[in-house]
Amino acid sequence: MTSNIFFVILITSLATFLSRFLGVVSSENIKETSKIFRWFNCLAYSTLAALIARIVIFPSGLLSEIDYLVRLIVIILSIGLFFITKKNLVYPTIFSAIILTLFSSYL
Amino acid sequence: MIDLKYFLKGFASIKGVGSPAIALGASFIAIGALLKNIGFTIQESLFSTFLTYALPGSLVMAESLIIGSSLINIFIAVWLVNARLYPMTVSLMPLLMHQKQPKWKYYLSCHFIAVSSWLIMKDNYEQIKKEVRIDFWIGIGTATWSVAIFSTFIGYIASDFLNKDMLIGLAIINPIYFTCMMVGAMKTIKISLSIILGAILGPAFYFLSPEWCILFGGFLAGTIAFFIGEINDK
Repeated sequence: MTSNIFFVILITSLATFLSRFLGVVSSENIKETSKIFRWFNCLAYSTLAALIARIVIFPSGLLSEIDYLVRLIVIILSIGLFFITKKNLVYPTIFSAIILTLFSSYL
Repeated sequence: MIDLKYFLKGFASIKGVGSPAIALGASFIAIGALLKNIGFTIQESLFSTFLTYALPGSLVMAESLIIGSSLINIFIAVWLVNARLYPMTVSLMPLLMHQKQPKWKYYLSCHFIAVSSWLIMKDNYEQIKKEVRIDFWIGIGTATWSVAIFSTFIGYIASDFLNKDMLIGLAIINPIYFTCMMVGAMKTIKISLSIILGAILGPAFYFLSPEWCILFGGFLAGTIAFFIGEINDK
Protein backbone atom coordinates (compact mmCIF):
# COMPACT_ATOMS: atom_id res chain seq x y z
CA MET A 1 0.00 0.00 0.00
CA THR A 2 2.81 2.41 0.89
CA SER A 3 4.65 1.96 -2.39
CA ASN A 4 1.30 2.29 -4.12
CA ILE A 5 0.69 5.68 -2.48
CA PHE A 6 4.22 6.71 -3.40
CA PHE A 7 3.56 6.04 -7.08
CA VAL A 8 0.17 7.73 -6.96
CA ILE A 9 1.80 10.89 -5.54
CA LEU A 10 4.51 10.73 -8.19
CA ILE A 11 2.01 10.27 -11.04
CA THR A 12 -0.16 13.12 -9.70
CA SER A 13 2.77 15.50 -9.51
CA LEU A 14 4.02 14.53 -12.98
CA ALA A 15 0.56 15.08 -14.50
CA THR A 16 0.48 18.49 -12.81
CA PHE A 17 4.02 19.56 -13.64
CA LEU A 18 3.55 18.59 -17.30
CA SER A 19 1.19 21.52 -17.97
CA ARG A 20 3.42 23.97 -16.12
CA PHE A 21 6.53 22.75 -17.94
CA LEU A 22 4.94 22.86 -21.40
CA GLY A 23 3.67 26.33 -20.54
CA VAL A 24 7.23 27.60 -20.01
CA VAL A 25 8.38 25.90 -23.25
CA SER A 26 5.61 27.70 -25.18
CA SER A 27 6.26 30.99 -23.38
CA GLU A 28 9.78 31.21 -24.82
CA ASN A 29 8.32 32.16 -28.20
CA ILE A 30 5.38 34.29 -27.07
CA LYS A 31 5.68 38.04 -26.66
CA GLU A 32 3.56 39.73 -24.01
CA THR A 33 2.26 42.19 -26.60
CA SER A 34 1.08 39.50 -29.03
CA LYS A 35 -2.47 38.47 -29.82
CA ILE A 36 -1.77 34.89 -28.81
CA PHE A 37 -0.68 36.08 -25.36
CA ARG A 38 -3.94 37.98 -24.94
CA TRP A 39 -5.88 34.94 -26.09
CA PHE A 40 -4.12 32.69 -23.58
CA ASN A 41 -4.85 35.24 -20.89
CA CYS A 42 -8.59 34.82 -21.62
CA LEU A 43 -8.20 31.03 -21.70
CA ALA A 44 -6.48 31.05 -18.30
CA TYR A 45 -9.31 32.94 -16.64
CA SER A 46 -12.07 31.00 -18.42
CA THR A 47 -10.69 27.52 -17.63
CA LEU A 48 -10.22 28.58 -14.01
CA ALA A 49 -13.81 29.82 -13.85
CA ALA A 50 -15.00 26.61 -15.51
CA LEU A 51 -13.14 24.54 -12.91
CA ILE A 52 -14.52 26.47 -9.96
CA ALA A 53 -18.07 26.39 -11.30
CA ARG A 54 -17.79 22.64 -11.83
CA ILE A 55 -16.53 22.08 -8.28
CA VAL A 56 -19.45 24.09 -6.89
CA ILE A 57 -22.26 22.80 -9.12
CA PHE A 58 -21.13 19.18 -9.53
CA PRO A 59 -19.02 18.52 -6.44
CA SER A 60 -17.57 15.19 -5.54
CA GLY A 61 -16.70 13.98 -2.07
CA LEU A 62 -18.00 15.66 1.07
CA LEU A 63 -19.51 18.73 -0.60
CA SER A 64 -21.94 16.62 -2.60
CA GLU A 65 -23.73 15.80 0.67
CA ILE A 66 -24.83 19.43 0.96
CA ASP A 67 -27.95 20.46 -0.90
CA TYR A 68 -27.45 22.36 -4.14
CA LEU A 69 -29.52 25.31 -2.96
CA VAL A 70 -27.54 25.63 0.28
CA ARG A 71 -24.26 25.70 -1.63
CA LEU A 72 -25.65 28.39 -3.91
CA ILE A 73 -26.86 30.55 -1.01
CA VAL A 74 -23.53 30.23 0.83
CA ILE A 75 -21.67 31.32 -2.30
CA ILE A 76 -23.90 34.33 -2.95
CA LEU A 77 -23.62 35.43 0.70
CA SER A 78 -19.84 35.01 0.61
CA ILE A 79 -19.48 37.10 -2.56
CA GLY A 80 -21.65 39.75 -0.89
CA LEU A 81 -19.42 39.68 2.19
CA PHE A 82 -16.35 39.92 -0.07
CA PHE A 83 -17.63 43.22 -1.44
CA ILE A 84 -18.84 44.57 1.91
CA THR A 85 -15.41 43.94 3.45
CA LYS A 86 -13.67 45.75 0.55
CA LYS A 87 -12.47 42.58 -1.14
CA ASN A 88 -11.04 40.92 1.92
CA LEU A 89 -10.51 37.19 1.30
CA VAL A 90 -10.37 36.12 4.92
CA TYR A 91 -13.91 36.98 6.08
CA PRO A 92 -15.88 35.28 3.28
CA THR A 93 -13.84 32.07 3.44
CA ILE A 94 -14.03 31.75 7.23
CA PHE A 95 -17.72 32.74 7.15
CA SER A 96 -18.56 30.07 4.56
CA ALA A 97 -16.81 27.35 6.55
CA ILE A 98 -18.64 28.26 9.78
CA ILE A 99 -22.05 28.54 8.10
CA LEU A 100 -21.68 25.23 6.34
CA THR A 101 -20.42 23.44 9.46
CA LEU A 102 -23.37 24.77 11.46
CA PHE A 103 -25.80 23.89 8.70
CA SER A 104 -24.41 20.41 8.39
CA SER A 105 -24.53 19.86 12.19
CA TYR A 106 -28.03 21.12 12.91
CA LEU A 107 -30.12 20.51 9.81
CA MET B 1 21.88 34.70 -8.43
CA ILE B 2 18.53 35.74 -7.01
CA ASP B 3 17.95 39.41 -6.20
CA LEU B 4 17.20 39.11 -2.49
CA LYS B 5 15.47 42.47 -2.23
CA TYR B 6 12.82 41.50 -4.79
CA PHE B 7 12.61 37.94 -3.53
CA LEU B 8 11.76 39.23 -0.06
CA LYS B 9 9.34 41.77 -1.48
CA GLY B 10 7.54 38.93 -3.26
CA PHE B 11 7.68 36.77 -0.16
CA ALA B 12 6.10 39.58 1.91
CA SER B 13 3.18 39.93 -0.49
CA ILE B 14 1.29 37.19 1.33
CA LYS B 15 1.05 39.39 4.44
CA GLY B 16 -1.76 41.86 5.06
CA VAL B 17 -5.56 41.82 5.15
CA GLY B 18 -6.12 41.31 1.43
CA SER B 19 -3.76 38.39 1.56
CA PRO B 20 -4.76 34.92 0.42
CA ALA B 21 -2.52 33.24 3.02
CA ILE B 22 -5.31 32.38 5.48
CA ALA B 23 -7.71 31.14 2.81
CA LEU B 24 -4.93 29.21 1.10
CA GLY B 25 -3.89 27.76 4.44
CA ALA B 26 -7.45 26.73 5.33
CA SER B 27 -7.81 24.97 1.98
CA PHE B 28 -4.67 22.94 2.56
CA ILE B 29 -5.71 22.15 6.13
CA ALA B 30 -8.68 20.43 4.49
CA ILE B 31 -6.31 18.50 2.21
CA GLY B 32 -4.12 17.46 5.15
CA ALA B 33 -7.17 16.14 7.02
CA LEU B 34 -8.48 14.38 3.91
CA LEU B 35 -5.16 12.65 3.20
CA LYS B 36 -4.99 11.45 6.80
CA ASN B 37 -8.49 10.03 6.50
CA ILE B 38 -7.69 8.04 3.37
CA GLY B 39 -4.65 6.48 5.02
CA PHE B 40 -1.65 8.60 4.05
CA THR B 41 1.24 8.86 6.49
CA ILE B 42 2.35 12.35 7.47
CA GLN B 43 5.42 12.06 5.24
CA GLU B 44 3.29 11.06 2.26
CA SER B 45 0.90 13.96 2.84
CA LEU B 46 3.68 16.53 3.02
CA PHE B 47 5.44 14.94 0.05
CA SER B 48 2.19 15.19 -1.93
CA THR B 49 1.70 18.94 -1.34
CA PHE B 50 5.44 19.53 -1.81
CA LEU B 51 5.45 17.87 -5.23
CA THR B 52 1.99 18.68 -6.58
CA TYR B 53 0.99 22.01 -5.02
CA ALA B 54 -2.30 22.26 -6.88
CA LEU B 55 -5.40 21.78 -4.81
CA PRO B 56 -7.91 20.41 -7.34
CA GLY B 57 -5.28 17.91 -8.48
CA SER B 58 -4.75 16.64 -4.94
CA LEU B 59 -8.52 16.30 -4.49
CA VAL B 60 -8.80 14.25 -7.68
CA MET B 61 -5.90 12.08 -6.51
CA ALA B 62 -7.64 11.42 -3.20
CA GLU B 63 -10.96 10.57 -4.88
CA SER B 64 -9.24 8.28 -7.39
CA LEU B 65 -7.53 6.42 -4.55
CA ILE B 66 -10.83 5.94 -2.74
CA ILE B 67 -12.49 4.36 -5.78
CA GLY B 68 -9.30 2.44 -6.64
CA SER B 69 -8.46 3.86 -10.09
CA SER B 70 -5.44 2.60 -12.01
CA LEU B 71 -2.29 4.74 -12.23
CA ILE B 72 -2.94 5.64 -15.85
CA ASN B 73 -6.49 6.75 -15.05
CA ILE B 74 -5.20 8.85 -12.16
CA PHE B 75 -2.68 10.45 -14.51
CA ILE B 76 -5.39 11.34 -17.04
CA ALA B 77 -7.85 12.60 -14.41
CA VAL B 78 -5.24 14.81 -12.73
CA TRP B 79 -3.91 16.06 -16.05
CA LEU B 80 -7.43 17.04 -17.16
CA VAL B 81 -8.24 18.93 -13.97
CA ASN B 82 -4.85 20.65 -13.85
CA ALA B 83 -4.50 21.41 -17.57
CA ARG B 84 -5.65 24.95 -16.76
CA LEU B 85 -2.06 25.44 -15.53
CA TYR B 86 -0.93 25.46 -19.17
CA PRO B 87 -2.78 28.66 -20.22
CA MET B 88 -2.01 30.11 -16.78
CA THR B 89 1.73 29.57 -17.37
CA VAL B 90 1.61 30.89 -20.94
CA SER B 91 -0.19 34.02 -19.76
CA LEU B 92 2.30 34.65 -16.96
CA MET B 93 5.83 33.63 -18.03
CA PRO B 94 6.18 36.03 -21.00
CA LEU B 95 5.67 38.85 -18.48
CA LEU B 96 8.62 37.58 -16.42
CA MET B 97 11.08 36.60 -19.14
CA HIS B 98 14.21 38.68 -19.54
CA GLN B 99 17.34 37.82 -21.52
CA LYS B 100 19.60 38.61 -18.56
CA GLN B 101 17.99 35.90 -16.45
CA PRO B 102 19.01 32.22 -16.65
CA LYS B 103 16.44 29.80 -18.02
CA TRP B 104 16.56 27.38 -15.09
CA LYS B 105 14.77 29.98 -12.97
CA TYR B 106 11.74 29.77 -15.24
CA TYR B 107 11.69 26.00 -15.51
CA LEU B 108 12.08 25.54 -11.77
CA SER B 109 9.76 28.30 -10.59
CA CYS B 110 6.90 27.22 -12.88
CA HIS B 111 6.19 24.70 -10.10
CA PHE B 112 4.84 27.61 -8.05
CA ILE B 113 2.09 28.40 -10.56
CA ALA B 114 -1.22 27.94 -8.78
CA VAL B 115 -4.30 30.12 -8.45
CA SER B 116 -3.19 32.22 -5.45
CA SER B 117 0.37 32.94 -6.53
CA TRP B 118 -0.70 33.54 -10.13
CA LEU B 119 -3.34 36.09 -9.16
CA ILE B 120 -0.95 37.91 -6.78
CA MET B 121 1.64 38.14 -9.57
CA LYS B 122 -0.96 39.31 -12.11
CA ASP B 123 -2.02 42.05 -9.70
CA ASN B 124 1.50 43.29 -8.98
CA TYR B 125 3.81 42.69 -11.94
CA GLU B 126 3.47 46.20 -13.39
CA GLN B 127 5.08 47.69 -10.29
CA ILE B 128 8.22 45.57 -10.69
CA LYS B 129 10.97 46.13 -13.28
CA LYS B 130 10.91 43.38 -15.88
CA GLU B 131 14.51 42.43 -15.20
CA VAL B 132 13.80 41.32 -11.62
CA ARG B 133 10.20 40.13 -11.96
CA ILE B 134 11.29 36.50 -11.87
CA ASP B 135 12.94 37.01 -8.46
CA PHE B 136 9.81 38.71 -7.17
CA TRP B 137 7.81 35.76 -8.53
CA ILE B 138 10.09 33.19 -6.85
CA GLY B 139 9.45 35.08 -3.59
CA ILE B 140 5.66 34.87 -4.01
CA GLY B 141 5.91 31.23 -5.02
CA THR B 142 8.12 30.21 -2.11
CA ALA B 143 5.79 31.95 0.35
CA THR B 144 2.51 30.46 -0.95
CA TRP B 145 4.09 27.03 -1.37
CA SER B 146 5.41 27.10 2.21
CA VAL B 147 1.97 28.08 3.52
CA ALA B 148 0.48 25.13 1.63
CA ILE B 149 2.98 22.60 2.98
CA PHE B 150 2.75 23.91 6.54
CA SER B 151 -1.07 23.87 6.41
CA THR B 152 -1.10 20.30 5.13
CA PHE B 153 0.89 19.43 8.26
CA ILE B 154 -1.57 21.30 10.51
CA GLY B 155 -4.54 19.65 8.80
CA TYR B 156 -3.02 16.20 9.21
CA ILE B 157 -2.41 16.73 12.92
CA ALA B 158 -5.79 18.40 13.49
CA SER B 159 -7.84 15.80 11.64
CA ASP B 160 -8.37 13.76 14.84
CA PHE B 161 -10.20 16.73 16.33
CA LEU B 162 -12.34 17.51 13.30
CA ASN B 163 -15.73 15.86 12.89
CA LYS B 164 -17.48 15.32 9.58
CA ASP B 165 -19.46 18.58 9.77
CA MET B 166 -16.26 20.56 10.22
CA LEU B 167 -14.68 18.76 7.28
CA ILE B 168 -17.65 19.75 5.12
CA GLY B 169 -17.14 23.33 6.30
CA LEU B 170 -13.47 23.15 5.35
CA ALA B 171 -14.32 21.68 1.96
CA ILE B 172 -16.29 24.78 0.92
CA ILE B 173 -13.38 27.13 1.69
CA ASN B 174 -11.45 26.40 -1.48
CA PRO B 175 -14.29 27.04 -3.95
CA ILE B 176 -15.34 30.18 -2.04
CA TYR B 177 -11.79 31.44 -1.94
CA PHE B 178 -11.29 30.81 -5.68
CA THR B 179 -14.67 32.40 -6.48
CA CYS B 180 -13.86 35.58 -4.52
CA MET B 181 -10.42 35.85 -6.13
CA MET B 182 -12.01 35.48 -9.57
CA VAL B 183 -14.70 38.09 -8.83
CA GLY B 184 -11.94 40.41 -7.61
CA ALA B 185 -10.00 39.88 -10.85
CA MET B 186 -12.90 41.06 -13.05
CA LYS B 187 -11.40 44.42 -13.99
CA THR B 188 -11.66 44.51 -17.79
CA ILE B 189 -14.46 43.45 -20.16
CA LYS B 190 -12.30 40.70 -21.60
CA ILE B 191 -11.45 39.11 -18.25
CA SER B 192 -14.98 39.55 -16.88
CA LEU B 193 -16.44 37.88 -19.96
CA SER B 194 -13.88 35.05 -19.79
CA ILE B 195 -14.82 34.38 -16.17
CA ILE B 196 -18.61 34.64 -16.61
CA LEU B 197 -18.69 32.55 -19.80
CA GLY B 198 -16.30 30.01 -18.29
CA ALA B 199 -18.51 29.65 -15.21
CA ILE B 200 -21.52 29.00 -17.47
CA LEU B 201 -19.99 26.85 -20.21
CA GLY B 202 -17.80 24.71 -17.92
CA PRO B 203 -20.76 23.19 -16.04
CA ALA B 204 -22.86 23.16 -19.26
CA PHE B 205 -20.35 20.84 -20.93
CA TYR B 206 -20.53 18.57 -17.90
CA PHE B 207 -23.61 17.01 -19.47
CA LEU B 208 -21.55 16.06 -22.53
CA SER B 209 -18.41 14.93 -20.71
CA PRO B 210 -17.74 15.25 -16.98
CA GLU B 211 -13.99 14.74 -17.57
CA TRP B 212 -13.48 17.13 -20.46
CA CYS B 213 -15.98 19.84 -19.47
CA ILE B 214 -13.37 22.15 -17.92
CA LEU B 215 -11.18 22.11 -21.03
CA PHE B 216 -14.00 22.27 -23.59
CA GLY B 217 -16.04 24.85 -21.71
CA GLY B 218 -12.97 26.89 -20.76
CA PHE B 219 -11.56 26.86 -24.28
CA LEU B 220 -14.82 27.94 -25.90
CA ALA B 221 -15.52 30.60 -23.25
CA GLY B 222 -12.01 32.08 -23.41
CA THR B 223 -12.03 32.17 -27.21
CA ILE B 224 -15.42 33.90 -27.40
CA ALA B 225 -14.34 36.41 -24.72
CA PHE B 226 -11.10 37.06 -26.61
CA PHE B 227 -12.87 37.87 -29.90
CA ILE B 228 -15.54 40.05 -28.28
CA GLY B 229 -12.81 41.83 -26.27
CA GLU B 230 -10.59 42.40 -29.33
CA ILE B 231 -13.50 43.90 -31.31
CA ASN B 232 -14.42 46.05 -28.32
CA ASP B 233 -10.83 47.31 -27.87
CA LYS B 234 -10.58 48.57 -31.44
